[in-house]
Parts: sequence; C-alpha cells; structure tokens
Amino acid sequence: MITVKGLEKRFGDNLVLNQIDAQIEMGEKIVVVGPSGSGKSTFLRCINRLDEPTAGEIWVENELITDPACDINRVRQKMGMVFQHFNLFPHLTVGGNITMAPLHLGLYKADGARKRALELLDRVGLADRIDDYPVRLSGGQKQRVAIARALAMNPKIMLFDEPTSALDPEMIGEVLDVMTELAREGMTMMVVTHEMGFARKIASRVMFIDDGVIAEAAPPAELFDHPKNPRTKAFLSKVLPH
Amino acid sequence: MNTASSMHRRPVQRLVSWLVLAAVLVIVVVFRQQLGLNAELLERLKTNFTNNFIVDQRWRWLLSGLGQTILITVFAVALGVVIGLSIALIKVLEHNGKKLFFLTRFANLYLTVIRGTPVVVQLLIIYYVIFGSVNISKVLVASLAFGINSGAYVAEIIRAGILAVDRGQMEAGRSLGLTYSVAMRRIVLPQAIKNILPALFNELITLLKETAVAGYIAVADLTRSGDMIRSRTFDAFMPLLAVALIYLLIVMMLTRLMARVERRLRRSDHR
Repeated sequence: MITVKGLEKRFGDNLVLNQIDAQIEMGEKIVVVGPSGSGKSTFLRCINRLDEPTAGEIWVENELITDPACDINRVRQKMGMVFQHFNLFPHLTVGGNITMAPLHLGLYKADGARKRALELLDRVGLADRIDDYPVRLSGGQKQRVAIARALAMNPKIMLFDEPTSALDPEMIGEVLDVMTELAREGMTMMVVTHEMGFARKIASRVMFIDDGVIAEAAPPAELFDHPKNPRTKAFLSKVLPH
Repeated sequence: MNTASSMHRRPVQRLVSWLVLAAVLVIVVVFRQQLGLNAELLERLKTNFTNNFIVDQRWRWLLSGLGQTILITVFAVALGVVIGLSIALIKVLEHNGKKLFFLTRFANLYLTVIRGTPVVVQLLIIYYVIFGSVNISKVLVASLAFGINSGAYVAEIIRAGILAVDRGQMEAGRSLGLTYSVAMRRIVLPQAIKNILPALFNELITLLKETAVAGYIAVADLTRSGDMIRSRTFDAFMPLLAVALIYLLIVMMLTRLMARVERRLRRSDHR
C-alpha cells in the first residue's frame, strides 16, 4: 500500500532521515519506536508530506506522491493524521471540527455530515459532546475527537504522531482503547509512540528508528524479546520495565 | 465572571466621578476670589468664547474640519486594511516557504520605506511630487497618503496575528486534505482575528491623531481649522483647547468601544 524508497530528509545541514526504505501492506499496524530526536516523527510526517522529503520516493497505492505534479491534497484525504497536541480547531464545536473538511470537500451534505459526526463520536464515546467547544474537553477527550475528525474523511490509513505523549497518565488508556478498537476493525495504521505495551499488543511490525535509519524491524514478540541489533537492545533496556 | 463584577462596579464608579466633579465646582465657586476668578476675568472668557466660536459662525469651521478629519481617517483605514492584509499575506506566505519572487521584495521595500520616513514627508511627496502636476482633491491625496502609511503598520499587525496562531492548526487542516488557502481562510484567519482586532483598533486611534498634519498640504482638517481661527482672532488658547478636546472625546469614545469589543472576543474563549 505504501512503499518508501531511499527517503532522505534534511533540515539545513542536519540529516534527520538517511536512506529509509520501507514497505507497508494494507491492514498492517506499524508501530515506530526510537529515542527522541531519532527522526521517527519526521518519518511519519514525510509520508503525508507535512514535512517535504529532500530525496527519495514515496508511493501510496501505486501513485508517486513525492512527484511535484501529484495532487497532495487529494492523497491526504485518504491518510488521516492524529497529532501529539490534538490540534483541534478552537473556534469550531466538536461537531464542526469533524464535519468542516468533509463538508468543504463535498464528502457529505450538511444533514448527512452531522449524522456521520454523531456516529464517529459514538465510536469514541463522546456523542453527547457534539455541540461543545474543544476548550471544555479534557486532553483525552480532545484526542478522541481528533481521531473522530480524521476518521470522518474515511481514510485508508491512519497516521498517529505520539498521540498520548501530551496526555496526563490517567487519560492515556482511553485513547489507546480507541486506537486498539480501530486496529481490531482492520484499519491500516502507523503509530509513533512510547507505549511499548500497546505496541506489543496491536503491532504487526515494530520499526526501531535510531539516528535517521531503520535499525531493526520485526514483529513485536521478536523485536522486544529477541532484539538483534545492539542499539535496539540498548534502547529497550532503557524503556522496558526492569 | 469578570463581566458580572464589573457590571456591579460601573454605576459606583460613575457616582464617584460625579461626586469629584461636583466637589471641584463647589471649591471653584467658594474660593473664586482667591483663584482670581473675578467678574472681569469671566467677562473676558465670555468675549473670547464669542469671538472664537460664535462670530462668523466660526464653530462651523471646527465642525467641517472634524468632518474632513473623520473622512480622511475612514478612507485611510479602509485603504490601510486592504494594503495591510495583502502585504501581510505575502509575508506569511514567504514565512511558510512559498516562492513569490518579486512580490516579497516589493513588500519588504514598501515596509522599509514607509516605516523609515516621517508621515508628513510622505504626505508632502505624494502631494507635491507624485500628484504635483495633476489637479486632484487634497482630501483624496491625504486619504491616500495616510492609507499607504497605515498599511505598513496594519501589515505588521495582521502578520503577527496570523503567525501567533499555532502552526499545528494549519497542519491539521492540511492533513485533512484542505488546500493552503482554504485552511488559511477557514481555520487560521478566524483565530487570528482575535489577535488582530485590538491592535487594529489602536492603529485607528493613532491614525485619527496622525491626520492632524494634513494641514501641511492645506487640507482644512480639524487641527487646521482651529489654527485658522487662531490666525483670525489672535487667540491661541480657546480654539486649540477646543481642538484638543474634540480629539480627546473621539479617542475616548473609540477606546470605550474597543474595550467592549475586546470583552466580547474574550468571552468566546471560555464558552
């Protein structure tokens, strides 16, 4: 579904991603882990070109999206994204947040959009908050609305950029539950996270990124229990419970 | 919650200010001898007042001067906002890494020149140099000059207001497949307005006062009208004080209006 070839990203002189190759199949749940500053968020953000790759190719469903002639806005419609800091639109209600883009892009008519928003909110357990403004919501609730907002575009893949890193500990569970449910329903997902328990539970493959390269990629049982790369071992010894 | 308590406070404050005013009047009347406020002085003030404002219906000069001042200010603000928004968008696009070639250079040149030279000089150049050989309404020239001048400051206000919106907002919009311009119009600008409006109001007040130099190209604005009365009556005190008071009153009214608008904008922060 997604093929990455020789992806490179520089910020000025700083080489953040160095020759990344990856293949993601439909229905896969890729969890990307690695030390901070290793380039894992940049990798995710390059896949929908929120960060522009400086070299390399990214193919999404047999379309070269790094081609300047590619209509990236159309491609992004099928790639939902969830951000660390939620990025809800504070001037719109929860319902408005969810329906604004689909309405503007002609996915639904007005009454259909509200019905769809209610459905999605019901899925994340927040149907009663449709007319509230984001400022009234807790962090966990905001992130669940953000997930519903991304789902409203009927994406084929969901990108999660550290979705629980800005949350108070007691709110992490409710967001991970929604994501687990989404994974169980068969959504193709790519998740950058520090939640190793979650990775072990839902990942089809875990990618360990260090220093701008994929140092190791394997199913969670293999990568967590029998890491091959010494850098993976060193990282896991720091983050896994002792 | 803030609004509720200030609503209780306001009538009290008003009462206090009336009491202070009354006390001052009482003191003035009781101690009029000691203050030198004898009948002769009062008579002189009355004559001066008549000379400056009643004779020849000179109060009408002030009135029409005020009209010109307001006209110039309103036109200049409108022009300033149009120019300012355009320049601000150019600067923001540049900030977001779009390539605009000569447009950014033009915007930077405009900002540098306008902010680097006095508004009076700009006014004189536009009147005597640019429109030197054309017969054109002076009020129009003044409106143009102050509008072009104000545009530079409005541009900075709008630019700062847009850049103050978290960049995650634009990213969230783009990630949903919206184009840059749609995300800007539907997501970023509605939030930027809150940052922009108070500062823009301030610019309006500044501009109103800056138009006082329009007399340099012989526009009979409020200041010039007061000065014309002075040159007729050889009395500076009365006409100039009246001019100052009129400016002050308008600015106070605008300030009040601004406070009300700001309060309304803040209210939407915790709905």
